[in-house]
Amino acid sequence: MGLHKRFSIYIVFLAAVLAAGLGGPGWGRAESGVPGVGQTFPPIALEAPKEPAMRTYLGIGDGQTFTVNQVDADVVVVEIFSMYCPHCQREAPTVNALYEVAQKKNRPGKTLKILGVGAGNSPFEVDVFAKKYSVPFPLIPDGDYSVHKTLGQVRTPHFIAVKRGADGSRKVVYSQAGSFGSPEDFYRRLMEP
Amino acid sequence: MKRNLKFWFWVMTAVGLLGLGGAGSGTAWAVSEAFRGKIYVPGPLKPVDSELKVRVGDPAPDFVLPSVSGEKVQLSQFKGRKNVVLSFVPAAWTPVCSDQWPGYNIAKDLFEAYDAVLLGISVDNVPTLFAWTQEMGGLWFPVLSDFWPHGAVAARYGVLRSDGVSERAIFIIDKEGVIRYIDVHDINQRPPLEGILKELEKLRKP
Repeated sequence: MGLHKRFSIYIVFLAAVLAAGLGGPGWGRAESGVPGVGQTFPPIALEAPKEPAMRTYLGIGDGQTFTVNQVDADVVVVEIFSMYCPHCQREAPTVNALYEVAQKKNRPGKTLKILGVGAGNSPFEVDVFAKKYSVPFPLIPDGDYSVHKTLGQVRTPHFIAVKRGADGSRKVVYSQAGSFGSPEDFYRRLMEP
Repeated sequence: MKRNLKFWFWVMTAVGLLGLGGAGSGTAWAVSEAFRGKIYVPGPLKPVDSELKVRVGDPAPDFVLPSVSGEKVQLSQFKGRKNVVLSFVPAAWTPVCSDQWPGYNIAKDLFEAYDAVLLGISVDNVPTLFAWTQEMGGLWFPVLSDFWPHGAVAARYGVLRSDGVSERAIFIIDKEGVIRYIDVHDINQRPPLEGILKELEKLRKP
């Protein structure tokens, strides 16, 4: 066998091994990436909140899990946050204000709801954050970072807004890290037809 | 013989590459937007790289260290008054460390409920720790610099790694000055807050 041919076989072998190695669960999730504007939100199973009031808010049934697309709202704002993230802590009052704006302005057929996903946070840690900032909307723990990995390991906070179209299909209309600015302006922008 | 060698060369290459993939997937953290573009990512590290020199039940070795607020803090100043939680973190401006103390920053009342003070310690110098904690928006607990003699306190407790940074370690010391809990955590992961509080809860029991 010529040297060139042997080298080629070796390269093919390396590529196969790399493909097998990188195709494992961790990398597979990391490659999924954050959904951009115009894309769909991945159908990740999120742990359903235990509090009946939070379940009612989301409009989900009695299941153990739910997906973002099951939330009963025309626009769902998903905040990827962490109790340990200083920017998320600073942003908490603004996100609460968005909730208040939505509660005031929501009308049938024009509703916005919010939920948070605590990247790497246990239920206890999510609860510390909820109590500290009197968060009025559901915060879902993601202790093993599995949701965070599926969403491309975004920096926190990262806001993703998913809007329901006239045909019932849902598309991402906003996906950005950092502050969304004024809650009133953000609400208006998201609810525009 | 030559064929055998070739076989093992290919096998070892495969094992090495698969190992790389595994190491990447075993580490997870979330970086706050507050630190955008400012975090140095060292990649996965050896989980623990030191040998403890103290045990649960030992009197905690005393130390005096400068803090970012300018005052010196001595461990024994809390003896008879407060439980003490020592939180060693490896290095400023790195991924897991940057999202550890800011979490403790919103849990002041939880530490106080257990009559505990928290002391953050790293081997970075005071100016670096000052800049880093300012980026977090400031912290309520003292942040101490174990920079000079380099890592002396970390070395005394047995949590100084071979590359000169400390482990990510938690020591809980009771009001008598006795070590009651030690967690030399995997450096790549953050110890959960409830683990610390659960151990503080135990100090309440007679």
